[in-house]
Amino acid sequence: MSLILDHVSYSYDVGTSYKQEALKDINIVIPDGQFVGLIGHTGSGKSTLIQLLNGLLKPTSGNIYYNGQDINDSDYDRKTLRSKVGLVFQYPEHQLFEENVFKDVCFGPKNLGLDEKEVNLRAYDALEKVKLSHDYFYQSPFDLSGGQKRRVAIAGILAMKPEVFILDEPTAGLDPKGSEEILTLIKNLQKDTGMTVILVSHNMEDVASYVDRILVMNKGELKMDGSPKDVFKKTEELSNMGLRAPEVTYIVRELRKKGFPVDDSAITVSEAKETILNALYHKILNE
Amino acid sequence: MFKDMTLGQYYPIDSPIHRLDARSKFVGTVIYIVSVFMVNNYIGYLIAIAALLTFIAISRVPIKFMVKGMKSIVVLMIFAGLFNLFLVQGEVVWSWWILSITKEGIDTAIKMVLRLALLIMGSSIMTLTTTPTSLTDGLESLFKPLNVIKIPVHEIAMMMTIALRFIPILTEEMDKIMKAQMARGVDFEAKGLIKKAKSMIPLLVPLFISAFRRANDLAMAMEARCYRGGKGRTKMKPLKYHWNDAVAFLIMCGYLALCIIFGRGVLE
Repeated sequence: MSLILDHVSYSYDVGTSYKQEALKDINIVIPDGQFVGLIGHTGSGKSTLIQLLNGLLKPTSGNIYYNGQDINDSDYDRKTLRSKVGLVFQYPEHQLFEENVFKDVCFGPKNLGLDEKEVNLRAYDALEKVKLSHDYFYQSPFDLSGGQKRRVAIAGILAMKPEVFILDEPTAGLDPKGSEEILTLIKNLQKDTGMTVILVSHNMEDVASYVDRILVMNKGELKMDGSPKDVFKKTEELSNMGLRAPEVTYIVRELRKKGFPVDDSAITVSEAKETILNALYHKILNE
Repeated sequence: MFKDMTLGQYYPIDSPIHRLDARSKFVGTVIYIVSVFMVNNYIGYLIAIAALLTFIAISRVPIKFMVKGMKSIVVLMIFAGLFNLFLVQGEVVWSWWILSITKEGIDTAIKMVLRLALLIMGSSIMTLTTTPTSLTDGLESLFKPLNVIKIPVHEIAMMMTIALRFIPILTEEMDKIMKAQMARGVDFEAKGLIKKAKSMIPLLVPLFISAFRRANDLAMAMEARCYRGGKGRTKMKPLKYHWNDAVAFLIMCGYLALCIIFGRGVLE
């Protein structure tokens, strides 16, 4: 049970002079329950890749298998696929349209053809999961703040009970507190339900502290694939692609260079804090 | 879905027609349209077709693009053709049940379809070779005399420019909204009129909201740059009339004369 991309390529506007290769020969295996971070510069093919995963786009060549079945086979049920592989787009404004929040969240499950009771239950459950206050349930989604809209959009997909949950820049345009809340929520959901999560992000700090595995895209190619620690070690390669490791990795590395005995593989603020305090403690002990 | 739309799409290459002043292209197009309505025999249509093919060749826009733009009016052309074919009275050449085809019917049907095709292709040469901005600039300057009778020419032109500029933006937005809703299980390929209309709601509501938001932002941005209408406004790229525009105008006059001399006459 997993998501497999086998030699997948994708080009826009095939057959015209505007032809553009967006993805070149991508091979990825994503096992169930993994929290994957997808990073890359603007135009690196991240958005194209995630749209291939739920069948919104068809690969120009190569195959994508979900649970052992080719999702682009002509007899594959694409509607079920879209409920199993849920995709939350970057801008909630693109999907909110109903007169109130609750109805809007009901929209997804209703499209799956479930009966009304089940639809309502799922919507309620999803809104609870994203921790939206009950006061907002019957308000217009357009009156909400950015962070709340994001929650409603996430709930709208969650209500379809996806097994693979893909989020495109879920923290874009949110303040630090709002973005941390959203990410913690996603992390908890992943832990509780055991679903696979693919997080597309520009923010290395976010990726470092939440994901199990990082995929780095550049110019339509998959350049790196590994644990956050492994990927963020290669700062030079990252900077050639216009990316940076989390700020804190540069700090611990500088400290190490200056002869301060810290563990320079720290990639999150809390890890860095721990190793710096540890080193200080030993230094004081030795004196 | 919306990618087949050619009408009003600029084809960015360099050609003698691309280099013409927007005003000459507009006047030229009007002359062409008048000529298509004026000719009434097949020699006239031949002249018009030959002229059109020449213009397309000079414009260096692939003919494929022109034909693609016709897709939207194919239904209209078929209807116009069929109605004329069956309903025009005259000398019957074929009949079955209540349907009958007359010699005159065939004649008008062919001419009608040809006329529609020529009109669309003729005017799409203008839109394919002129950027929307220079087109509205040209229109503004051509219609400037209307200011005298208190028609706000500049404002209308500005509205047109903005509307044209927003077509690709909204198309892209539409595409994104469609994908977002498809990810929520909407089936846009659903059969049936009511179902189809219903599936438009989740598309149109976000689109309208975003259009209003963009309109608001744009108005604010324009005001922040002290936009206050056309009075005393100068242009970054003022329109200039060159010798090649004069040549184009003369060619169009010559073409019109040809049409008048040879293209008009009774059915032979």
